[in-house]
Amino acid sequence: MSDAAIDVEGLEKRFGKVEALRGVDLQVPPSTVLGLLGPNGAGKTTAVRILTTLLHPDAGRATVAGYDVVRQAEQLRHVIGLAGQNAAVDENLTGLENLEMVGRLYHIPAAEARRRGAEILERFELSDAANRTAKTYSGGMRRRLDLGASLVGNPQILFLDEPTTGLDPRSRLEMWDIIRELVKEGTTLLLTTQYLDEADQLADKIAVIDLGLVIAEGTSDELKARVGGEVLAIRVAERERAAAAAGAVLGLGPGGGNVDNNSGEINVPVGSDGTAILTEAVRRLDAEGIGLADIALRRPTLDDVFMTLTGHAAESAAEAEEPSQDGGRSRKRERKREQA
Amino acid sequence: MSVTTSSPPKAPGFVANTVSDWWVMTKRNLTTYLRKPDLLVFSTIQPVMFVLLFVFVFGGAFELFLPGTISYVDFLMPGIFVQTGIFAATQTGVGLADDLQKGLIDRFRSLPMARSAVLAGRTSADTVSVGFQTVLMLVVAYLVGYRIHTSVLEALFAFVVIIGVGYVFTWVSAFAGLSLKTIEAVQAALFTVVFPFVFVSSAFVPPETFDAWLQPIADNNPVTIWVDLVRVLTLGDLITESDSPLFKDLPALSTLLWQSAAWAAGLLAFFYLLGVRVYRRT
Repeated sequence: MSDAAIDVEGLEKRFGKVEALRGVDLQVPPSTVLGLLGPNGAGKTTAVRILTTLLHPDAGRATVAGYDVVRQAEQLRHVIGLAGQNAAVDENLTGLENLEMVGRLYHIPAAEARRRGAEILERFELSDAANRTAKTYSGGMRRRLDLGASLVGNPQILFLDEPTTGLDPRSRLEMWDIIRELVKEGTTLLLTTQYLDEADQLADKIAVIDLGLVIAEGTSDELKARVGGEVLAIRVAERERAAAAAGAVLGLGPGGGNVDNNSGEINVPVGSDGTAILTEAVRRLDAEGIGLADIALRRPTLDDVFMTLTGHAAESAAEAEEPSQDGGRSRKRERKREQA
Repeated sequence: MSVTTSSPPKAPGFVANTVSDWWVMTKRNLTTYLRKPDLLVFSTIQPVMFVLLFVFVFGGAFELFLPGTISYVDFLMPGIFVQTGIFAATQTGVGLADDLQKGLIDRFRSLPMARSAVLAGRTSADTVSVGFQTVLMLVVAYLVGYRIHTSVLEALFAFVVIIGVGYVFTWVSAFAGLSLKTIEAVQAALFTVVFPFVFVSSAFVPPETFDAWLQPIADNNPVTIWVDLVRVLTLGDLITESDSPLFKDLPALSTLLWQSAAWAAGLLAFFYLLGVRVYRRT
């Protein structure tokens, strides 16, 4: 048996014809944060549901804190906390009542559960709303309450499934601060996210998951190194000309690259020939008469990593019905700008 | 890591914890019940409306074939009590589907709490609501002339029968809620099943007046057996001494008792097992 807080080997799960997990391996050392990164439908939630005993795997094995997720589910539940994708709070109970209830279900004595509940509300700046029903809470407050509920049992290992999905930028930053605090105290955390910057900000190690398989694993820097060298980032002045510009410059690098027709942004991995390719790009675009709003060489982000690894953007699977296949990306970019 | 146990021994406080979990969940459901005004209104106005509508709309027609010693409201109320118990139980499935959609069931299933507590707490709380609605209807019915013609003991026993039927149906409803997963589907399914089930019985109209092919169905419908039991328990001698053809096929009290108990126990066991099974793997 390994010393990992979470140890997963060859995990498989299918739902009818859909293979949600196709042999996932993961190791999370104690007191570290693993970011499980991937688009919707990649299998992140399925993995979390298996590790928190909500689903049985079809094949493979997994232990959490040394407990087998199938055979020792009962003991396992004592040492974990889960905050799922919805803010799973009873909206007709007050904040304090919600936490007390969860505490009682961990079999903490009533007075102690109440005290812990109040403590958590205080810490997450919900004390003023402690005696209001959760119905009256904002989305960010509900998420904080939900996260609080997952902490009532003092879990050794915490699972957060997309903790900031659907939050406005300010609530998202607040959530990040709270999560960073928790991690400082030594809680082992497995966090799923479709936001690359979120994994970058919070996780010690990142496992990129796509179509039920872990396709890459490493620190943020290691993953960025996979893209190799720098990225040429171009923004055209007129968005309508993004496609034409992409046609002119995408072939310049050693391979790959992507264009976002909504924002008029083009990213081209350029390896170590950055300066030469930049010059060539400017020349070509000028020849085509395409005006530029911005052009620069930058270090690769996880967005670029995801593109390189999967050939599609992180959110494209989730946003398939969007009129533009890059809708999700551009929305996310807007969010980033708001934060900046 | 030094984990050697392969099957978990029951913790020392297993029974105490199970009872505590059940109580925490029951209390939660009762609390939320009181804080949902729409639900409270629905579950108080509806039974009252049923009493008043049936008594004043159908009452006149009933007078025509009931024996003179039995007033229509006395005949009708046992049917309406049982019907309300059954209808009120749909709330269980709706509540569970709601918890499921909000992710609360996932949270509960990830906690070290008794596997039975979510369902047991929900069905218990909803049964309290059935009791409350029954008492409320009793008061309203009393005001429009309803009377119980038997001893307090028999009347209390009739009350237990009504609550018992309601409890059985909270488990039917729980299974529906966990299987169908959305509030709309649960409501649609329960009403398509529950309506014919309740109407093709002796609840509102004596089965003797039904189309011939419906009569055997009605006679073997557990709702008929339960309603007949409540009727015998609240009308007493008025039925046994009546020579009306409406009551000539009515089984003896002892027969009604064991048939009622057998149906209730059978349905409860069946849907309890199904419900817990679905809960474990939802």
